[in-house]
Amino acid sequence: MDAKEIIARRVAQLLKDGDVVNLGIGLPTMVANYIPEDIDITFQSENGFLGLGPAPNKGEEDWELVNAGGMPSSIIPGGMFFDSATSFGIIRGGHVDATVLGAMEVDEKGNLANWKIPGKMVPGMGGAMDLVVGANTVIIAMVHTQKGQPKILKQCTLPLTAKEQVNYIVTEMALLKVTNEGLLLEELGPDATVEDVIAATEAKVIVSPNVKRYNFA
Amino acid sequence: MINKIISVKEAAEKVQDGMTIMVGGFLANGTPENLIDAIVENNVKNLTLICNDTGFPDKGVGKMVVNKQFKKIIASHVGTNPETANQMNSGETEVVLTPQGTLAEKVRCGGNGLGGFYTPTGIGTEAEIGKEKKIIDGQEYIFELPLKADVALLKASVVDKKGNMVFAKTTKNFNPLMATAAKVVIVEADKIVEVGEIDQDRVMCSGIFVDYIVGGDK
Repeated sequence: MDAKEIIARRVAQLLKDGDVVNLGIGLPTMVANYIPEDIDITFQSENGFLGLGPAPNKGEEDWELVNAGGMPSSIIPGGMFFDSATSFGIIRGGHVDATVLGAMEVDEKGNLANWKIPGKMVPGMGGAMDLVVGANTVIIAMVHTQKGQPKILKQCTLPLTAKEQVNYIVTEMALLKVTNEGLLLEELGPDATVEDVIAATEAKVIVSPNVKRYNFA
Repeated sequence: MINKIISVKEAAEKVQDGMTIMVGGFLANGTPENLIDAIVENNVKNLTLICNDTGFPDKGVGKMVVNKQFKKIIASHVGTNPETANQMNSGETEVVLTPQGTLAEKVRCGGNGLGGFYTPTGIGTEAEIGKEKKIIDGQEYIFELPLKADVALLKASVVDKKGNMVFAKTTKNFNPLMATAAKVVIVEADKIVEVGEIDQDRVMCSGIFVDYIVGGDK
């Protein structure tokens, strides 16, 4: 199992039956592949629909039905389309239970930076600022380090996407919960030790007295 | 009944140098490509764009960016069109990045007679710089102003001769919002039908907002 699959599988376990969930582009999208069959999740796509389904087969693409990455998508029975104001009303209004996003940096206060590297890359925030503020639970899904450098910091250095909104950080090494005291290490990835996680994390890690290991059984 | 159907060429001429335009679409999904092509050909300059994003260099409003027609761009995302970043970095074009939900609501306010709104989006980020803040029920909000335009360019799949619109699937996005927020509203239709052919329950945006209809040949 590669790092991304580990992350996607663990994030999927955080979602609850009946949740409305918005998945970001890239790794977060993979989470949809690992939702247990007995769990009913409604996926929201911020470009304007509820009931996001799997990507269509090659040759069956409908370019009037795209996801928030602009790629052909599908809608499940019971879904619906709406305009962008309604879409973000759903998001800011607290009707999205969880959002899963990637990060360039995240810190021990739950600050998130994922939209801009000044002078290098300024793609824009898209819907991320609204999602992180509006969703009831914010889950960061990312590989633990970037070229060996920590991404989980004491304090973000890049421009923020949102202030103190992150609830969970899930990596291939650890599941960290953002608490008032700091980052609580609740679970370890398949191959990581507590020492590995502390070494790969710049932020202070509080080790839970009953740290578990990811369980994909 | 007023005849709203005009040619793409006539419609494109409604956009003049220095105007502010709104363009429907999300990564060019739901963008009126034929109108864009005609405005590229007209080569009008110094426009201000209000659009979710700047599409791609060969798709959507991105074609107008490549043709250097904007002095200012208000969008939530410009990452799919490298030409936008080039013009932003060279100082040719001012780019105002706005959170997507805030952008949608600014347009909605512009078309709905509201003077603005308070949103929690962007608190503690660059998006709050220079804006009034207010605490309501213990939560911090940023005050955002409405947006309006001279011309809105929309895409709809079915339009009747009064301008009543049906949008297919995810092509809806900003189109019905922008229909309400511009002085002149032009919709590019895949299909134009007689009044009454669209069941009233299925009309997604009223023709009262629409000044001109083009296309209909798909």
